[in-house]
Amino acid sequence: MTDLIRKSAAEMAAGLAAGEFSARELTDAHLERIEAVDSDLNAFITVTADDARATADAVDSARAAGKQLAPLAGVPVAVKDIAVTRGVQTTAGSTMLEGWVPPYDATLVTHLKQARLPILGKTNMDEFAMGSSTETSAYGITRNPWNLDRIPGGSGGGSSAAVAGFEAPLAIGTDTGGSIRQPASVTGTVGVKPTYGSVSRYGLIAMASSLDQAGPCTRTVEDAALLHDVIGGYDPKDSTSIRDGFGDFVAAARSKDVKGLRVGVIEQLEHDDFDPLVRARFEESLALLEEAGAEIVRVSCPNFEYALGAYYLIMPSEASSNLAKFDGMRFGLRVIPEDNPTAERVMAATRGEGFGAEVKRRILLGTYALSSGYYDAYYGSAQKVRTLVQRDFAAAYEKVDVLASPTAPTVAFPLGQKVDNPMTMYLNDIATIPANLAGVPGMSLPSGLAEDGLPAGIQFLAPALGDDRLYRVGGALEALLEHKWGGPILAQAPALEGGAR
Amino acid sequence: MSSEEVARLASLARIQLTDEELTRFAGEFDAILTAVASVSEVASDDVPATSHPIAMTNVFRADEVTRTLTQEEALAGAPEAADGRFVVPQILGEE
Amino acid sequence: MSAQPVSANKVREYLDVQPLDFDDAVKTYDPVLGIEVHVELGTATKMFDGAPNVFAAEPNTAITEVSLGLPGTLPVVNEKAVEYAIRIGLALNCEIAESCRFARKQYFYPDLTKNFQTSQYDEPIAFDGWVDVELEDGEIVRVEIERAHMEEDAGKNTHIGGSTGRIQGATHSQVDYNRAGVPLVEIVTRPIPNVGERAPEVAAAYVRTLRDIFRALDVSEARMERGNVRADINVSLRADADAPLGTRTETKNVNSFRAIDRAVRFEICRQAGVLDAGMDVVQETRHFHDETGETSPGRVKTDAEDYRYFPEPDLVPVAPSRDWVEQLRSTLPELPAARRRRLIGEWGFSDFEMRDVINAGALDLIQETVDAGAKPQAARKWWMGELARYAKDKGVELDELGVSSAQVAELIGLIDEKKINDKIGRQVLGVIVEADGDGSPAQIVEDKGLAVVSDDSVLTDAVDAAIADNPDVVEKIKGGKVQAIGALMGPVMKATRGQADAGRVRQIIMEKLGVAG
Repeated sequence: MTDLIRKSAAEMAAGLAAGEFSARELTDAHLERIEAVDSDLNAFITVTADDARATADAVDSARAAGKQLAPLAGVPVAVKDIAVTRGVQTTAGSTMLEGWVPPYDATLVTHLKQARLPILGKTNMDEFAMGSSTETSAYGITRNPWNLDRIPGGSGGGSSAAVAGFEAPLAIGTDTGGSIRQPASVTGTVGVKPTYGSVSRYGLIAMASSLDQAGPCTRTVEDAALLHDVIGGYDPKDSTSIRDGFGDFVAAARSKDVKGLRVGVIEQLEHDDFDPLVRARFEESLALLEEAGAEIVRVSCPNFEYALGAYYLIMPSEASSNLAKFDGMRFGLRVIPEDNPTAERVMAATRGEGFGAEVKRRILLGTYALSSGYYDAYYGSAQKVRTLVQRDFAAAYEKVDVLASPTAPTVAFPLGQKVDNPMTMYLNDIATIPANLAGVPGMSLPSGLAEDGLPAGIQFLAPALGDDRLYRVGGALEALLEHKWGGPILAQAPALEGGAR
Repeated sequence: MSSEEVARLASLARIQLTDEELTRFAGEFDAILTAVASVSEVASDDVPATSHPIAMTNVFRADEVTRTLTQEEALAGAPEAADGRFVVPQILGEE
Repeated sequence: MSAQPVSANKVREYLDVQPLDFDDAVKTYDPVLGIEVHVELGTATKMFDGAPNVFAAEPNTAITEVSLGLPGTLPVVNEKAVEYAIRIGLALNCEIAESCRFARKQYFYPDLTKNFQTSQYDEPIAFDGWVDVELEDGEIVRVEIERAHMEEDAGKNTHIGGSTGRIQGATHSQVDYNRAGVPLVEIVTRPIPNVGERAPEVAAAYVRTLRDIFRALDVSEARMERGNVRADINVSLRADADAPLGTRTETKNVNSFRAIDRAVRFEICRQAGVLDAGMDVVQETRHFHDETGETSPGRVKTDAEDYRYFPEPDLVPVAPSRDWVEQLRSTLPELPAARRRRLIGEWGFSDFEMRDVINAGALDLIQETVDAGAKPQAARKWWMGELARYAKDKGVELDELGVSSAQVAELIGLIDEKKINDKIGRQVLGVIVEADGDGSPAQIVEDKGLAVVSDDSVLTDAVDAAIADNPDVVEKIKGGKVQAIGALMGPVMKATRGQADAGRVRQIIMEKLGVAG
């Protein structure tokens, strides 16, 4: 069983197709693993064992009947609890939505169901995806499988920890400022934030509409490409959905060819905020690519300096508006104050009690940035910085095919270290944010072990619609690094004892 | 930023805050706003604003009825419901 | 900007102010109007989702997860609603934006599913237009349109526990979101100056003009009583036409033409009283009360309104191509004012007759009847006479009687051919109305034997009998009082059960008595 869950999703799919094991066996193996180690990790808020087994059984029957199946049919997946699931509680990590059972499926969930991937459950996350450590969830913190006293990254710490901890071979994340890539970086896994509009946002509980994008969390680049194929595509229910123009992700991931590829290193992301070993692993990765025939070029993106500021204006502004609907009137929590419980006061009491500190902080900041007299100075200026960041990207992509930087400044930091200091927490996103502002795709994959023997990540960025370039360079680097390491990085992770806590 | 200012924002955003939260947020917001204020340094008049990362126009749907929720589905998550409607507390405001 | 809070003492002071008499008020002050009209579009679905746009349905059934604003949902613009908005803009002589966008107007209220209304703010789809408004006496007032923009409607609150279903005294409310997301176009005028004592009439006539345009464009049923068209009326007073604009009040949701007239009249008198007392008009939102014809202030908000508008990030800009706009322009129907002027000329109706026809909703019916071959005056006579009486008795609109224009035209044709007379015509109509619109007039005449009797042998017998029964009348006629013929015709008509051809009867009597007509 242990061998089964340590396979890549591609290997699992091949094994299922060859009849080496059944989808039911594969699903049961993962459910057993969750049973064994999730008390340590707390990667899941909800486990949907019965639904997962039912899907697996259906796949096995269909296969037995000789029916044509999607490539990943029968390979289990975990879904971040920000994607609504019909008939299954969806919380976004908040008390506000405890017990809320949506009457519809997110489009990407519909895609997973159509391709018959057994959904193991809903993964933990920072409340409303606001955080970089999965410490703000109302459903407890998630721990890093590499070190249970460290953060798994955020906001999608649950999805990445589940994948790194072999509870699921595949998971869905969402990335508003780095919430797929930064958890991937600190858990030694792969995370892709596709081009904005590549994966439908319909049914994803919105944080910042113009920044949010769902994507795959996996252990290999090829698996990410396979999952991206399942969840991506045009959706008429999302006005910002892109119709077409994407290359072949899976073929790109398998090509392992970087000859002539021009890789740009962003000068502005080479500074001392990044830990020495994180930078060392980054440089070594670049050297491997260069040896394999890639060309490494220094590029300057001068306006990236302002990206963090713009992000921490645009994101709270949009979030303050998107989260207004959580008011205790139509669904979710309702708190009734003792004296004079008017609608207005019930809304305020509900939001006062139902939201955690970080959510309140961002709503208030956003309310401020949009309020009369401040709009131009804050929101308006931030939108202009967005234009400047896009111009920086456009100029860079005239010289190079992809850009590279370390994904996050540090390896996984200890639980509790930054949760009470918002500014230091926000700085985690410094390298990931520009991609969200510009809508361009980004990928994080492991670059090696850095400080404290914990994994670090390297990030690649490509122009809009150039997601296939990420799979190409990522697949190639992954192969080079695994050759050097003698196997996947997760082979070096400590075994989880189970029930240790 | 003063805690009175935070209280005004909290009222606008319909969030009841404790005195402790008011004080804490006031302090934090000063630091955060100072950090983000740099955006105005480069946001000159000649730079257009970008509201959508991928520029698109005219995304429409046809005027055709789709599946609706049943009344039961609509009210399933309601904190309180009666007569097929959502029950909400007393509203002070305009008619 | 929001109203300044007013203390309780101040409120009492304002309540004590005596309104001025209307004539005095408009002699002393120059009223200026500003009108915002919301029209619900008659699309099949809502503005941003595929929920049906229906007036009456079981509560909370005409909704999808989108119109209920559930977490994760996203809006998509209804193309038909954009088309209707452009058509309205063109009909109001507006510029149509090359590109415009939606914005979120943010405020918390239980009838809003997302606690923001998706609307348009700095970039409306149509702007800088005008419309000519015709008053009772034919005077034309040009009203300038500042903008027309697209937005969505809110749900409906029902207040429970108060004595009158009003918000005051209610212990809680029930919300139905069927109306949430219904497409609206809001049309905002520039200040309407120089209306003087005609301000109430201009306000009502402007809204009526818009209502007629919406119907002509077929973009809305535009039924005031259903709230398809809702008006917010701004009124301010100034010393004279050269003075700067005074402080205005906005009276919300005045939803009949009569109410608009009365609300404007009341505000002018009330504000004049306030100004005469040396006090300032408070800028505020007011409500109109139909029972009293008065307006009263809305709740004074404690915190300043700050809607925190920003561009809707879930929607992309709407950039109507010039080709599309021109195609819509070329297919605009003839607008009501132009059509009225044309038909007055073609049909020879008086202005007064035309106004009655329009008020009765009979213009299209008469047009169809004329198109089916009837003479305009005959068509008007039947629709505005007998049929209008039936409609009134039944409490329905003319077009809901079930009687078709084709039937009326056929009836008029039978009369023109002298196959029946007016009296039989009325009988035939009665039969059709009773049968809820079933039956052809010619068939009814034949089945019931109602055709005019013009068989001379039958008529001659009846005339002979009448002459024999009324020797005194015969003397009078022979003596030169020809008008007494009427006294002989009565018995003849009676004997033939009203089916006699009256002209022929008269002729026969005169021949028999040897007198000339």
